[in-house]
Amino acid sequence: MPREKMQIIVCGGTSCNGNNGEAVIDNIRLELEANALENDIRVVRSGCFGLCTMGPIVKIMPGDTIYTKVTPDDAHEIVSEHIMKGRKVERLLYKDPEGKKPLTTEKELTSHKKQIRIALRNCGIINPENIEDAIAHKGYEALATVLTELKPQDVIRIIKDSGLRGRGGGGFPTGLKWEIAYKNKSDEKYVVCNADEGDPGAFMDRSVLEGDPHAVLEAMIICGYAIEAHNGLIYIRAEYPLAVARLKSAIQQARDYGLLGKDILGTGFDFDIDIRYGAGAFVCGEETALIHSMEGLRGEPTVKPPFPAESGFRGKPTNVNNVETFACISPIILKGAAWFAGIGTEKSKGTKVFALAGKINNVGLIEVPMGITLREVIFEIGGGIRKGKKFKAAQTGGPSGGCLTEKHLDLPIDFDNLTAAGSMMGSGGLIVMDEDDCMVSVAKFFLDFTVEESCGKCSPCRIGNKRLHELLEHITKGKGTLADLDRLKNMSLVIKDTSLCGLGQSSPNPVLSTLTNFRDEYEAHVTLKKCPAGKCKDLMEYFIISANCVGCTACARVCPVGAITGERKEPHLINPSICIKCGACMEKCKFDAIIIQ
Amino acid sequence: MSSIKIELRQEDVNKIREICTSFKNDPQELINVLHKCQEHFGYLPAEVQEVISNELVVPVAKVYGVVTFYSFFTMTPKGKHPISICMGTACYVRGAEKVLEEFKKELGLQVGQTSADGKFSLSSLRCVGACGLAPVVMVGDKTYGRVAPDDVRNIIKEYE
Repeated sequence: MPREKMQIIVCGGTSCNGNNGEAVIDNIRLELEANALENDIRVVRSGCFGLCTMGPIVKIMPGDTIYTKVTPDDAHEIVSEHIMKGRKVERLLYKDPEGKKPLTTEKELTSHKKQIRIALRNCGIINPENIEDAIAHKGYEALATVLTELKPQDVIRIIKDSGLRGRGGGGFPTGLKWEIAYKNKSDEKYVVCNADEGDPGAFMDRSVLEGDPHAVLEAMIICGYAIEAHNGLIYIRAEYPLAVARLKSAIQQARDYGLLGKDILGTGFDFDIDIRYGAGAFVCGEETALIHSMEGLRGEPTVKPPFPAESGFRGKPTNVNNVETFACISPIILKGAAWFAGIGTEKSKGTKVFALAGKINNVGLIEVPMGITLREVIFEIGGGIRKGKKFKAAQTGGPSGGCLTEKHLDLPIDFDNLTAAGSMMGSGGLIVMDEDDCMVSVAKFFLDFTVEESCGKCSPCRIGNKRLHELLEHITKGKGTLADLDRLKNMSLVIKDTSLCGLGQSSPNPVLSTLTNFRDEYEAHVTLKKCPAGKCKDLMEYFIISANCVGCTACARVCPVGAITGERKEPHLINPSICIKCGACMEKCKFDAIIIQ
Repeated sequence: MSSIKIELRQEDVNKIREICTSFKNDPQELINVLHKCQEHFGYLPAEVQEVISNELVVPVAKVYGVVTFYSFFTMTPKGKHPISICMGTACYVRGAEKVLEEFKKELGLQVGQTSADGKFSLSSLRCVGACGLAPVVMVGDKTYGRVAPDDVRNIIKEYE
């Protein structure tokens, strides 16, 4: 194989970067220079591969060899063995958790077999900082087709026919949204990309922006053409410095190549894109709040109508779409609406990107066809639950969503099924929980978040969520009653019905869904004053099983408050009135004699 | 507004004016102006907000309203080594709470506080997007992954 075609692709996503990924790239470059290979071999810093647990990831092309958990010190061996001698570095190859045999190529990974990559098509493949790489991978091809062959109405019809629905959470049909914006005539219109990914535990949008920023730019220009707008704005979190940097460089390069700005591709169509920064407010994911934030105001939502499509940014018709929605546009134009509509379920077409995280073996980014089951996602792609524990629940939709349980494992995942199951698609965070997680605490955790993020404009959300949080706090402290459970439910329903925007309308979902699916756990907290998962500190008691205790005194010595007494070689005792439940004794005990009751 | 009273030097005022002019003194650019000022000063004391209010011709109450609305803006100076513990859901289910408790105990600080010597400040943040490394702690720009409560003392030691 000719040497100059060899490429070393190093994942430059945030997870890998945070794991010494930058040093890996630096060392690979140094090794290449030391061997005078720097001009023959291209080092590419790509976007996320989606294998975040296994990072940093290095891929060698051609051959598609994947190396995992690469340390800066491994750079020497990769260059001297693989690059120079063509011998694969066995010890760094990915090992399938089941087969235990090293896998060579990305395609062999079980986690990749069920995936279809549309929005993530170029992530981990192209160098996001080089527009030529994007163009070589069909970047801006759809734009050229649109500008030269299609009328705005044609573009809207294609998107409508494809059945694409908004990927940011609500699932509103994208084509319809574009059509409404198109029909509202105005001298000034705006295309806005919502990249304010605030859902804790979700990193889909950032990965698309970091891995393939041109996909978003191209789609925004296409949208601009379709709705007859000439200005685009990307609203992005300031907490995503890498994504911001890549977007900026992509915008500049697109301008240099005549793909952005005046007279795009010589067709006479003008469109330019600007970046606006968020400043950490979850509510700004809501369209009207986002628009206010872009206008330099507090990000408070307003009543719809008027919808942004009628009166949005600066009072002009504005079309807001999410990053992932935009990332699906170009393939739909190139491959046709029928192709996209052929993937997925009856009412949810195409694929969905999920950020798979929590107590799962393969944490990472996946893109799967709509209609896949939770079982396939968790046990096949995700490699099952960590440490062989038992699956308990999966939270979708973040703080606005709900949990899915064992009985939902075979439910095909799409917009409508998730809503019917008391959860929602949300932006695509999928957090897996195991038997050790207390569902009351999880609900409280999400309420913590909503209380902090509520903008305070409408009282059901501002006051109601606070009260919900207090009730949950009571319950986890063992002060709750059965009547509190009814109160939780009633208040949740009122908040949902009366809140102004999507945040308040969905914030009680985690409470309602855990209450429905894990009522026994709530009851154990209020009637037995016990936390079955052993998470709620106030409800647990450390206890020494005398039959297992050999009297080694290790626990008594480590106890910071002197709550453990006992003679040497005699079973010890914990005094619950002194014990502060720090768990130090349990960690120390080598005989499994200490348990939580 | 805030307990900290500072005297702005003329060059500080000039810097703020320069930032405002770079955004054409457009009130709609308030958030961008605040970002740039926080980048420069490290935080946004009341005095800085007053200058911005004058330059953009926006009531100072409105500037304050925006500063306090967004969690990214702060009115207290951060420590030399700002420590942030990710409390995103992925980190939470993998034990971030215990890590945060350990930091609070070791540093004697609550979330949002800065140590008396100005060395450390403690904050929690929502998802840095490195869920593969959960739980995640950031000290300045450096990311620490898979942090256990036992690691906390060693992390702090690196900066002492």
